[in-house]
Amino acid sequence: MPLALSDKFGRVLPFSPHSGCYSTARLERRDLFAPRCASLFLRHWSFAIASIDTASMPLDDSCAYAGELRLNKALNLLAQAGWVAPLGLEPGSDAWLQSVIDGLCDVSSRDALTGLANRRQFEGAIAREVDRVARNGEPALLLVADIDHFKRVNDTWGHAAGDEVIKSVAACLQDCVRPMDLVARIGGEEFAIILPNCPPTFGQAVSERIRQKVAARPVAIVGGQQLAVTVSIGGAFAPQWVRSSPAFWCERADQQLYRAKAEGRNRTCLDMPPLTVVSAEEKGMLFSGFGQFDPISDSGADHSVPKTSE
Amino acid sequence: MMASMTAPETSTPATTVRLARTVAITSGKGGVGKTFFSANLAAALARQGLKVLVLDADLGLANLDVVLNLYPKITLHDVFTGKAQLEEAILPAPGGFSVLLAGSGLVEYSRLTPEIRDQLVTIFEAVKPRFDVILIDTGAGISDVVLYAVSMAHEVIVVATPEPTSMTDAYATIKVLSTQQSRENLHLVVNQVGRAGDGRSICNQLQQVVERFVQGPNGVAPKLSYLGDIPLDTSVREAVQKRQLVLELHPGCAASQGVVQVATRLLARS
Repeated sequence: MPLALSDKFGRVLPFSPHSGCYSTARLERRDLFAPRCASLFLRHWSFAIASIDTASMPLDDSCAYAGELRLNKALNLLAQAGWVAPLGLEPGSDAWLQSVIDGLCDVSSRDALTGLANRRQFEGAIAREVDRVARNGEPALLLVADIDHFKRVNDTWGHAAGDEVIKSVAACLQDCVRPMDLVARIGGEEFAIILPNCPPTFGQAVSERIRQKVAARPVAIVGGQQLAVTVSIGGAFAPQWVRSSPAFWCERADQQLYRAKAEGRNRTCLDMPPLTVVSAEEKGMLFSGFGQFDPISDSGADHSVPKTSE
Repeated sequence: MMASMTAPETSTPATTVRLARTVAITSGKGGVGKTFFSANLAAALARQGLKVLVLDADLGLANLDVVLNLYPKITLHDVFTGKAQLEEAILPAPGGFSVLLAGSGLVEYSRLTPEIRDQLVTIFEAVKPRFDVILIDTGAGISDVVLYAVSMAHEVIVVATPEPTSMTDAYATIKVLSTQQSRENLHLVVNQVGRAGDGRSICNQLQQVVERFVQGPNGVAPKLSYLGDIPLDTSVREAVQKRQLVLELHPGCAASQGVVQVATRLLARS
């Protein structure tokens, strides 16, 4: 059973290049990357829906049966996630199958509690960002935010309250950033934000704004209580023009997060690249005793060669 | 590490790995005579028997061709876009050196794109073994393109004039090159000097502020090595108007002698 998972842009996500499916279907690799490749696939196999982790699935020759099972499984999964097929699509049609695939992609990349990107999507996004920064040198900022004293919330008010806090912080983070930025929940009470094209001069302002917004928004929990919530934020810029690794970038941001925690929480710490600014003091010193240079005194006069200039 | 051993020209190519000395010429401020200086320095070095190439890295607003009175049919732009081979773009210039000219008015070169970066590196690596000295004439400012062009060279000459704005920009350039490129040594040339000795004073003044305020990544302030000054000289204005090298038009004038002295000092400090 050849498997393919295509997202709504027609990009094929995980697939098994060793399955021989391309030749059987008279498709070539490049067809997989063509627009509407998913429907091409679907025309050749009735059921080409993969489960989310395609790569690990055994390939099976009795395709129809296995495929049908998988489709049912996929629909169950989507139903659990609250997915509803778009109206007006005939079940089993190409468009319907595509919407199922889109739904699966969506479910597999989102965090169930907050609706943010999950760790899987974050890892893909940060790897792409590292490549992008290495290629075009645009500065990018990675922030990691951790809810302060989260364990205390859970212990005092219960896990339902903890979930409310996480959802509220998630919504707040998402509100603070540009559409192009990716906010992900990467751990229990830990979030990451990738800000592409964010110059170092603005890094502090952005992260401070996020921290303050969270601090200014108390969380309502059951029983009418309002909980004050704060986050500690650590951040690091991707080294421009250099191919770094996602792991190294995350580690640098994490170190700053530890620093923010150690320095008392509810604060932001950034690993700043060197900034060059010429201060007024420097300019002042540059021209102290400036009278001695007279650029125009000899203007127009033919200069005689200084005989003893060292 | 690339071996840079000197071998006689007759030896086989396999053993002759001799790379050019690469020097970027930058200033921060525009209009300080950077391109004019680059061209005349190249001529002065060529007179010492060296094979010299000037690479016009002011990709968007190039005017080395104007200074040298050249009308190139092929520029770096044609090489970048694959319309011409690199060999066709390397042109002989008056003064006995070679030039790689850039085009003018191309907005697409105002930002450093990966394509420009890759192309510059490819071209630079290709010409390195073929010359003794390569001067990179950069554009004004400290944009990505300028900083990148500078980063390709081993050495940097910062050109300043006694004007306060030029000094400030030269200082900012020095600071940026120290912090971002870990430059520990920078050459300084002062152009359009009205009074003998002012160039040296300006260098000392810059060095003082640098020592007080600039710390490279290793915590060390960069050292400015003073290569000399080029006096204000009506011969320069005349040469610029006639679009000739002052070294050719008035070899004995003060400015020409200044350039020659700078060349001599540069060669002495390898």
